[in-house]
Order: sequence, then structure tokens, then C-alpha cells
Amino acid sequence: MSDDKKTRILVVEDDPDMMDQMKIYLESEKYEVVSASSQKEAEPLITPGGFHAAVLDLMMENPDSGFVLSHKIKRMDASIPVILVTSVTRETGYYFDKAHDPKSWIKADAIIHKELRFEQLKAELKRLLGGDRHAS
Amino acid sequence: MSSLKRNLNACSGVTVMPPDPDTKSLQFDILIVDDEAGMRTGAERSLEHFAVGLEDFGETIAFTVRCAATGAEALAEFKARRPDIVLLDYKLPDMTGIDVLENAPEPRDFLTIMITAFASLEVAVTATKRGAFDFLAKPFTPEELRATVQKAARHIYLHRKARRLEDEKKQVRFEFISVLAHELKSPLAAVEGYMHLMKERLKGGDLAAYDSMVERSVLRIAGMRKLVMDLLDLTRLESGKKKRSIETVDLVKAAGLVIEAVGPIALAKGVKFELKTPERLTMNADPGEIDMILANLATNAVKYNKQGGSAVLELKREDHGSVTVRCSDTGIGMTAEEQAKLFGEFVRMKNEHTRAIDGSGLGLSILKKVVKLYGGEITVSSEYGKGSSFEFTLADAEIPAQNAETALKA
Repeated sequence: MSDDKKTRILVVEDDPDMMDQMKIYLESEKYEVVSASSQKEAEPLITPGGFHAAVLDLMMENPDSGFVLSHKIKRMDASIPVILVTSVTRETGYYFDKAHDPKSWIKADAIIHKELRFEQLKAELKRLLGGDRHAS
Repeated sequence: MSSLKRNLNACSGVTVMPPDPDTKSLQFDILIVDDEAGMRTGAERSLEHFAVGLEDFGETIAFTVRCAATGAEALAEFKARRPDIVLLDYKLPDMTGIDVLENAPEPRDFLTIMITAFASLEVAVTATKRGAFDFLAKPFTPEELRATVQKAARHIYLHRKARRLEDEKKQVRFEFISVLAHELKSPLAAVEGYMHLMKERLKGGDLAAYDSMVERSVLRIAGMRKLVMDLLDLTRLESGKKKRSIETVDLVKAAGLVIEAVGPIALAKGVKFELKTPERLTMNADPGEIDMILANLATNAVKYNKQGGSAVLELKREDHGSVTVRCSDTGIGMTAEEQAKLFGEFVRMKNEHTRAIDGSGLGLSILKKVVKLYGGEITVSSEYGKGSSFEFTLADAEIPAQNAETALKA
């Protein structure tokens, strides 16, 4: 049963420990977490009203899983904030940063580089969800 | 192009070699710089239909020839197209050959053969400093010219080939290190995260939650340790510096110990492990390597198995002498696509069945390399959802004649 008073965050992450930690942290911040451990598992969860914000790992079973999910979420409802979590810059030399090179094809509102700090995640969620913390 | 008025006696341009159908043909560009028209045509004719065979590489090098009568013409030709080899006269009407070299546009990755009438030591030293590769003293025979050009062409070819190989090696190394860094960073990030959560006491008084954080951290650290150990094994195997001690190994006993070692994880998963061997089976091998091979197979057969599945490790001596090893399981199996990627470094199949299974991603790379030491090649047959089977043969290693060796050293 989901609590209608709480802001629900969809977290998609394939590392079970990172998922576990993100859940503990977000729950301690009084968010409700809807979790999926793969792109495949997350896709059916993308439904209207299912969540108020999403935190997505970029590389899961496909190297672009996060992009694909982000695109699908934004196509459903462009107002839902999406945060991509990635370490892709350090590993591939590709640079994904909206301020640096606004790539319009990246349908995400924020990109956080691993190793993410929970405070940073919290700050981004607060910023994107607005002061009242309740999206809809 | 250049506004140069070409001397009619200067060579006419391009000499094209008839291609040999069996070997790949390369074309090197030669620029002849000499103010004597006779020299230019003579040199051009000597190089006409001349080809350098590189038998070891199955390639031949043919040449296109251009000519310049003055330093200025030479520099214009450099600008038009960078030559591979330059035959350069020292004494030119408008400047010296050294001046031409100094003023040639970058990058100066061509080979220079200095042509000089007076083989003075001073010229030779300066020219060499400016990058001259070789000298031809005037007058020279067509044979001498061809021999010098052949030497230069081979030099260029080998140099370029070496550079290309070096670049490829660098790329492979870069990729390996990138993935390795990722594989080491993930567990570090996980442990770091748990430490942070524990420090902040985010679970309040729920001690069981902290226990589980500690347990997960210990697991991830153990995974990291395994990765580092595997990496050391792999490096030793690749460098060929691993010391091998070949002796008679009791395979029945070795396999028994390995099955015993995987016992706890097999028990936890309810996997029944069967060992099929003749009563006695020995081979000449390094016991450490045999353990690596069998442990790798057995661990995978359990790790990638289903709850309550079974696995069989089979060893037997074939009539033709080598030992066949087969390990099959009733596990999660692989798709054809996954099988194709299987032996790559750090390849771990990412799907819903494997997510909870930890591994360094180096096990099969190691297995492949060790099996190769015994002349074996691994074949895999697998069906997604049904199970996998790994099979290969091992030839006996030669026991070094230690006595003979000691005798030689003495």
C-alpha cells in the first residue's frame, strides 16, 4: 500500500548494495521508494501517477538503460524530474553535463556522477521537486 | 598546384607497378631532388618496375616517383604531398640539401637518403643530425640505389607496423584498466556508502539493519580481494613469469578436493555435485594449475546453477593420450549471444539470474589461459535456462629433466 502523503521516488539501480543504501537514505528522508533492479524491471513501473521523481543508474543490462528509461518517463510526463546517476565520464571520457554541453537528447533534469553522495542526491531532489515536496 | 615550370628532362611523374594478385601491394612515394637531369632520369629508371617484397608479411612495396631540380621545387613538392622517401642531393643550385631538410614542413616522418659527390664527414654528420637515414656516394650504380631504397622501404614499413601494434596494445590496455577501475570502484562505493549510513545511524536503534550492512560490506571486500588475486594470477600467466613445477598429479584426488571445497556453497544451493573418474588417473602437470582449472569449473557449475540443481565433473584418459575434462550443470545456461562474449575479460552476464552472483569476471579468462598451457581449447555448449557444459583436453606437460639441467649449469 502506498502512502498518498509521501513523495514517491522510482529508483532503478542494478547494484544491490547501492539500491539498499539509496532506499535506506531516501526513506530516512521520508520519501517512499519504488525500486527496480534493471531496465526490464523498471519499464512496467512507468505509469501515470506511479512516482513523483526518478533516480536512474545509467549503465545496467544495456549501456544506455538510464537514457532509455529517462526518455520513456519524460514521454509519459515531461514534468517528472529525472536524475541520472553515472560514472560514465570517468570510465569512457564521454562528457555528459547539461551545463557543459547541453545535449537535448538526454532527457534528464540532472546528472549526478558516481560516487554519488547522498547529500547531493537529497539536494537535487529538493531542488527538482520544489519547496512543497509534493509534485502533483 | 605548384606554378613550377617543369624541366622536360625531369621525370614525368608516376611509375605504377603492376599489382601482384597474391600479395597486398603498398605504394611508397619517392621524391628525387637533384639538379642534374641525368641523375634524375637515371634514378627514376632504376626504380621503375622496382618492388620490394616483404615475404614475411605477404606484402610488396611499389614506388611512385616524383622529381625536383632545385631546393624550392623540392619544398613545393613537399607541400603538395608528403613523400615517404627522399633522395636528396647535397649540392643544389639555390640551397643545400640540409636547408631543404630544415625547411621541410612538419611532420618530417619521411626517410632521407643523402646523395653526395664529396663524401665529407662534416656533411654526413650534419645530415644525420637533421634526420638523414642513409648516404649514397656519387656515382652509384642502379643496384646500389635499389639496395639503399629497399633498406629504407623496409625500415619505414617495419617502423609503421610497430607503431600500429603499439597503438593497438595501448588501446587494449586502456580498456582493461578502465574496466578494472570500475570493478574495483563499485565495491568501494558500496562499502563507503554503508559506512556512511552507519556513521549517520540512519537506522536508529535497529541493530539487525547494521549487522546486515556489516555483512554486505564484508562480502564486497571479499569480492574485491578475489578480484585482486585473480588479477595477479592473470598477470603472472600473461607475463609467462609464473614458476611452474611439473610433477605427477593425482587427478582423482585433486578433483575430490575441489568438490569438497565447493561443498558449502553447493549445500546452500542444494546442488548435487557428482564426480566421475576412473579409479586411478594421473597426469604430468603443475598441481597449482590443475587446481585452478578444476576449482574454476566446479565453482561456476555451482554458482550459475539453479536451486536444487545438479552438476557433473568428468575426467578420463583418452586413447590418444590426453585427458578429457568435462563439467556440466543444470544451471541457468546462456544464450548464443552470451556464449560469444563469454571468454572476454571482465565479462559477466548481466541478467536477472546472475545479478546476485558475485564474481571477478576474470575466471574464464584465466581458465582459458591455463588450459592453453596444456594445449587445450575449451568448447562450451549451453542452452538458456537448461544448463551449460564446458569441455577440453589436457596434454601432459613435460617434466623438465632437472638432473640434466643441473649438470649443464655446473
